Amino acid sequence: MTDAPAPQTFQMDGHDVAFAPGQSIMTAALAAGRYIPHLCFHPEFTAHGSCKVCTVKVNGQPHASCTTPARAGDVIESDTDELTQLRLNLVQFLFTEGNHFCPSCEKSGGCTLQGVAYELGMTTEHFSPLFPDRPVDASHPDVLLDFNRCILCELCIRASAIHDQKHVFALSGRGITKHLIVNAESGRLADTALALSDKAMTVCPVGVILRKRQGFAVPIGQRPYDRQPISAVATAHPDPEDGHE
Amino acid sequence: MTTLDLAAMLQRHGGDATRLVQILHEVTAALGYVPPATITELAARLGVSRAHVEGVVGFYSFFSAEPQGRFRVRFSDNITDQMAGSHALCQRMLDAFRLELGEVSRDGLVSIARTSCTGLCDQGPALLVNDRAIARLTPQRIGAICSLIRGEVPLAQWPENLFAIHSHVERRDRILAAVMQPGEGLAAAVARGAAATIAELERSGLRGRGGAGYPTGAKWAACAATPGPERYVVCNADEGEPGTFKDRELLAHHAELVIEGMTVAAFAVGAQRGLIYLRAEYPFLVAPLLELLERRRAAGLLGRAVGGVAGFAFDIELHVGAGAYVCGEESALIESLEGKRGIPRNRPPYPVTHGYRQRPTVVNNVETLAAAALVARDGADAVRGQGTPKSAGTKLLSVAGDVARPGIYEYPFGVTVRQVLDDAGAVGSQAVQVGGPSGTLLAAREFGRRIAFEDVPSAGAFMVFDQGRDMVAVVENFARFFAHESCGFCTPCRVGTTLAAQMMTRIATGVGSRRDVKDLARVAGVMKAASHCGLGATAGAPVVAALEKFRPAFDQRLRSLDVVPTFDLDLALAPAREATARDDLAAHLDEEGP
Repeated sequence: MTDAPAPQTFQMDGHDVAFAPGQSIMTAALAAGRYIPHLCFHPEFTAHGSCKVCTVKVNGQPHASCTTPARAGDVIESDTDELTQLRLNLVQFLFTEGNHFCPSCEKSGGCTLQGVAYELGMTTEHFSPLFPDRPVDASHPDVLLDFNRCILCELCIRASAIHDQKHVFALSGRGITKHLIVNAESGRLADTALALSDKAMTVCPVGVILRKRQGFAVPIGQRPYDRQPISAVATAHPDPEDGHE
Repeated sequence: MTTLDLAAMLQRHGGDATRLVQILHEVTAALGYVPPATITELAARLGVSRAHVEGVVGFYSFFSAEPQGRFRVRFSDNITDQMAGSHALCQRMLDAFRLELGEVSRDGLVSIARTSCTGLCDQGPALLVNDRAIARLTPQRIGAICSLIRGEVPLAQWPENLFAIHSHVERRDRILAAVMQPGEGLAAAVARGAAATIAELERSGLRGRGGAGYPTGAKWAACAATPGPERYVVCNADEGEPGTFKDRELLAHHAELVIEGMTVAAFAVGAQRGLIYLRAEYPFLVAPLLELLERRRAAGLLGRAVGGVAGFAFDIELHVGAGAYVCGEESALIESLEGKRGIPRNRPPYPVTHGYRQRPTVVNNVETLAAAALVARDGADAVRGQGTPKSAGTKLLSVAGDVARPGIYEYPFGVTVRQVLDDAGAVGSQAVQVGGPSGTLLAAREFGRRIAFEDVPSAGAFMVFDQGRDMVAVVENFARFFAHESCGFCTPCRVGTTLAAQMMTRIATGVGSRRDVKDLARVAGVMKAASHCGLGATAGAPVVAALEKFRPAFDQRLRSLDVVPTFDLDLALAPAREATARDDLAAHLDEEGP
């Protein structure tokens, strides 16, 4: 008879959360049914921690939960007024930075940004919007790129590079001028190797990468985050980011 | 404009994509910019995606995928340049060529822009033209430069005195007074042994001089203890913190000491290669450094069997940055060395275990390496004998702004701010920014505080503002700096620095409201709590400090309303007034007039 090693645990908001070696605070929490708001994290990809919406306090210090390894005995705060306010401000930053008009957006109800905003109780974007000039790219016969909604989560970049082995997407610029680019001298999506079957077509958490001629297949009001808050979808579904598909 | 043999050039770089930043420098020098077709060809020849190359071009201030002038003028925009009249001088040049800021003249002759601090604060205002730096700008010098540009005189034929960089060392101590024979530090380290050299360094209490203050001995020990087929020593000479120019002085006149420190580090940790990451704003240091490396090779102090030690092979390569402050952060610097966008990495793992090319790497500031060379030669006790118990040794301060004698001052740690002000001949100072915008803003009542890790730490900047200066304008300059230099990786810094800069500009131009002041504090809090690296974490600090210490300066600028409309109808009519050449009362919406 052998003793199974006792599972390692950390404490989050007063609850014990078990974790396996190699898990981050985020993956352990989600597996335990405890939702931490997030945008750039996707369970299929290595976390890179850029949106910072998943910031928690680890023994009193703020850290992005998706890139911080789970460690036995750590005391994590997540669902607190202070962290909700921080996350709300970060989501407001993103709404301020891009051009997000939910009522006319094809992704409404299936949009992670919108879902997280509702989850955090956002009612206005608060800060003066930057109204950037971001022309859409409709060059591709089957795909529309609406950069206005990009939150720079890099999921399409990661999917195209790692999964599709194509490097269709990348970033250029710096700071507030940082922006998504495509791998073509013309700068047009039509001149890249993107295919409808690419993983990169499925990972956008907002409404940047859209299939043409498929708009509003599911009526607004019946989409995943219309029916349940994103926290319920994310902890109930094995692949929360694809919950809207 | 010359043509460029891309194939031959890439061959010189071994077709190595990690040399991309250096390659793009050569393309820019030859063509003035990096044309889209060249980006495509570079990517194909280097075996990387085109979008990767385009992304690297787009990241660095000194690269562009759009045509720039054959003469690319960049005015240094540090607050000390601004106080010395740089904006008016820049306007004078813009007027001379009838250009707007950031514009390229139609004939492609000249483009004029602003750039972050170029590290000539003791002799500003300063500018860069292509890859040359010009200090001590005056209306006369601007006139001369305009004539040379108009005459399309090649830079190589401009009068040499235009490019003279002066050295202002006002106080010397252990480092600046040191006389080190080449190889002396290394010989002492070899005699002591590698492990004992690291132990000596740990005993000396030496802490990193670049700002973070990490114990140098512990860093070397961690690198040495990490197994791996190769290790690296990197000299961080990306002195980007506005107001800092002490590494410029060290590399210009004490480079032997710095290289000695690198060689000692290499011996101690077992590194085979060294890299100097020099900021592009210091082009005048490139040739002297290359010559020095060549001299040390000839003297057997670089290459195989360095210093006569069998089996100790070590050589040093010079990399030049491309206008990105964030690359002073050690993991971003490594990314840049690898030919990528300078984005700080997630840590852990740290560079001491996974650094350059994922190998164990020591990254030390220029001044740290100079100090380490002296520890190797003179022993720990000599360093411990100076400074405070928690901050051993001396610190170089770059003093600039409202002082009679700007320049480099080396003091034992523990010197009071007041002492530095007195020595530099400051009169009627109202504030000092210690350590640059990411450091500490001190008001007059705090001048008794000490420069030390346990009180006011400093990466080296010491900018002085007298009572005539507008502290709102000072902080606005810092806020614009951070917005310009944010790498954009994380949300809080990318958006927060821009929002903060916009609010500061609103307040500075008299259209700010109380709400802006409240929001500034909030944005600063978000950046501090959630940012990915030190840039974002400290970007809000000057604003918060100024609001606390210089609140009246802000309140004077605010309109007394809680909310000021962000859309100003009268201001929106300005283009119409300009087009009709009218500026009379009737052309304005309110009775206040222009």
